[in-house]
Amino acid sequence: MAAGPKYPGFDTLALHAGQSPDATNGARAVPIYATTSYVFRDSEHAASLFNMERAGHVYSRISNPTVAVLEERMAALEGGVGAIATASGQAALHLAVATLMDAGSHIVASNSLYGGSHNLLGYTLKRFGIDTTFVAPGTPENFRKAIRPETRLLFGETLGNPGLEVLDIPAVAKVAHEAGLPLLVDATFTTPYLMQPFAHGADLLYHSATKFLGGHGVAIGGVLVDSGRFDWEKSGKFPQLTAPYAGFHNMDFEEESGTRAFLLRARREGLRDFGACMAPMTAFHILLGIETLHLRMPRHVASTRKIVNFLSSQSAVAQVLYPELPEHPDHALAKRLLPKGCGAVFSFDLRGGREAGKRFIESLRVFSHLANVGDAKSLVIHPASTTHYRMTDADLTKAGIGPGTVRLSVGLEDTEDLVEDLARGLRAAQK
Amino acid sequence: MNFTVDGRQAFGYTAAHALDPAKPTVVFAHGAGLDHSWFGLQSRYFGYHGRNALALDFPGHGRSAGPALATIQKMADWVMRLLDAGKLDKASVVGHSMGALVALECAARHPQRIERIALLGVAYPMNVSDAFLEAARENRQDAYDMETIWGHAPQVPLGGNPNPGMWMYGDTLARLARLAPGVLYSDLRACHEYAGGEAAAAKLQRPVLFVLGRRDQMTAAKAGLAFAHKVPGAQVVQIAPSGHSLMAESPDAVLDALIDFFRG
Repeated sequence: MAAGPKYPGFDTLALHAGQSPDATNGARAVPIYATTSYVFRDSEHAASLFNMERAGHVYSRISNPTVAVLEERMAALEGGVGAIATASGQAALHLAVATLMDAGSHIVASNSLYGGSHNLLGYTLKRFGIDTTFVAPGTPENFRKAIRPETRLLFGETLGNPGLEVLDIPAVAKVAHEAGLPLLVDATFTTPYLMQPFAHGADLLYHSATKFLGGHGVAIGGVLVDSGRFDWEKSGKFPQLTAPYAGFHNMDFEEESGTRAFLLRARREGLRDFGACMAPMTAFHILLGIETLHLRMPRHVASTRKIVNFLSSQSAVAQVLYPELPEHPDHALAKRLLPKGCGAVFSFDLRGGREAGKRFIESLRVFSHLANVGDAKSLVIHPASTTHYRMTDADLTKAGIGPGTVRLSVGLEDTEDLVEDLARGLRAAQK
Repeated sequence: MNFTVDGRQAFGYTAAHALDPAKPTVVFAHGAGLDHSWFGLQSRYFGYHGRNALALDFPGHGRSAGPALATIQKMADWVMRLLDAGKLDKASVVGHSMGALVALECAARHPQRIERIALLGVAYPMNVSDAFLEAARENRQDAYDMETIWGHAPQVPLGGNPNPGMWMYGDTLARLARLAPGVLYSDLRACHEYAGGEAAAAKLQRPVLFVLGRRDQMTAAKAGLAFAHKVPGAQVVQIAPSGHSLMAESPDAVLDALIDFFRG
């Protein structure tokens, strides 16, 4: 067989996809287009832009040249048809849901979710008539059993919260597709460097770009990516995309654009009406992070592995939850779906309960005590004394969190310094 | 809009307008393995500017039922039957790549019904390499990779898309993933085996426009230009930065060329 043409590698795309050197001034870095709007050449040009007869930008809530670089780059890294950058990861999740469903619709979601996503699905969207059934993701059949006639989406995280449950994307995607439904995944913890969910059958994905994509804890953002592979017309369950829409020139988005239907409505309705767009400065910050994603993620994972091994050997630690450990319930699945590593955010349980947790946290010097993950700097939080402090031990257990559970986000510092810091914390915890 | 041609469903995008036999009609004919939406921006423009736009899905593509048609001549005759189904007596045809050969053949075989033709990303002969044909015959992924990579200018994966937020390679691959097995091979073989180009060119009586991408890796601009020189009176527009996917890579330049052509 003759060798075919070759795609640019991941590292090259991370640096270049979506941006040509600036045609006017030759700028090599991505220019920050801090502008709300764009001058029309003439009235006919304006009308053509509004009627989608020409490509281009009209108003930065809908699209912006700097933000578009980020969108195209993420689509390239994930193997999608395109992407929409949003004000946050939560905005990306909301945009996906709001594009696909109306009041009366239903979602089947993993119960191992980031707390903010759980709130949105379990409480807030319910107020608007969109109901969610949460299921344990370890058994894909659970998703099938929860599907109703009005179900429009299956949803899970590539690595669940807080136990790093590995979503069996091929199996859950099969369940979804057999029911004529798309599978949406939150790929924040894995990034496209560790896993490309579309290659395993997911149809839509999003990231909190605030985390590893940006990677430096300086910008809040999200990005929603479409594989373009889900056939909305064939499914027959999505008139939002396959029937004329009075809210946008009676456009039938699927007829108009085929593989781009979801993104077309999400941008032209979702960004227009809900308005949770990304600012160009934010896109610039996140792009800077993505340029080194392929260098940072291996280091994040390598340090995490050393720390996981260290903690696993400590008598003060009751349990470490990391899928690369043989005792993790999803160890085999992780080896199959995440051969490059299971990320750099994980939890472990200290012996000694809440008080031990507090002493541990307060004695750390390198790890920063705060509510975020995916920074270049190492981060730590003790849910029982912070985010979940009002909950009883029994309620914590129901949420999969122990009184001594500590979550780490391993950064890029000298690994020996990180281990030494944790050893100091463990000694304090056991006093 | 759905039609029935040869007893099978056939689809043509009309920019949300009913076809009006009193208006001039522009048919848009897509390339191998693709569909009507490849002409999304351009067909929409004409549909909203005083013409019937009819961006078709050839049989076995997009929303039109299969099987795919095996030769360029059969595709050209099918276009005529689609016009019949739409009660349209005459039309101009804008074709891209395989669709350009169809447009050429339409004009040669049915001069009384074809007013103008615009040939985008075209060369004649339109040879397809043995490796590409073989990969397509076996429905291998590398056939889709060749279609995608050679179907765009070399700088596309490292550059920006004029359509904000979209990834051209991903879009092409997603479209190809929806094809039934064998359709891409059928299209490529039809292009490769088409031998009527020079004879068709000699019969042309109507205005002809060539739109060529200077960085076309599928149908090189040099070959397209050589063919254009064999068509007396042909207009040629070359788009410097564009590869084979002209309508996506340089949508405004293509639209401007078409507006000028149809204005003339």
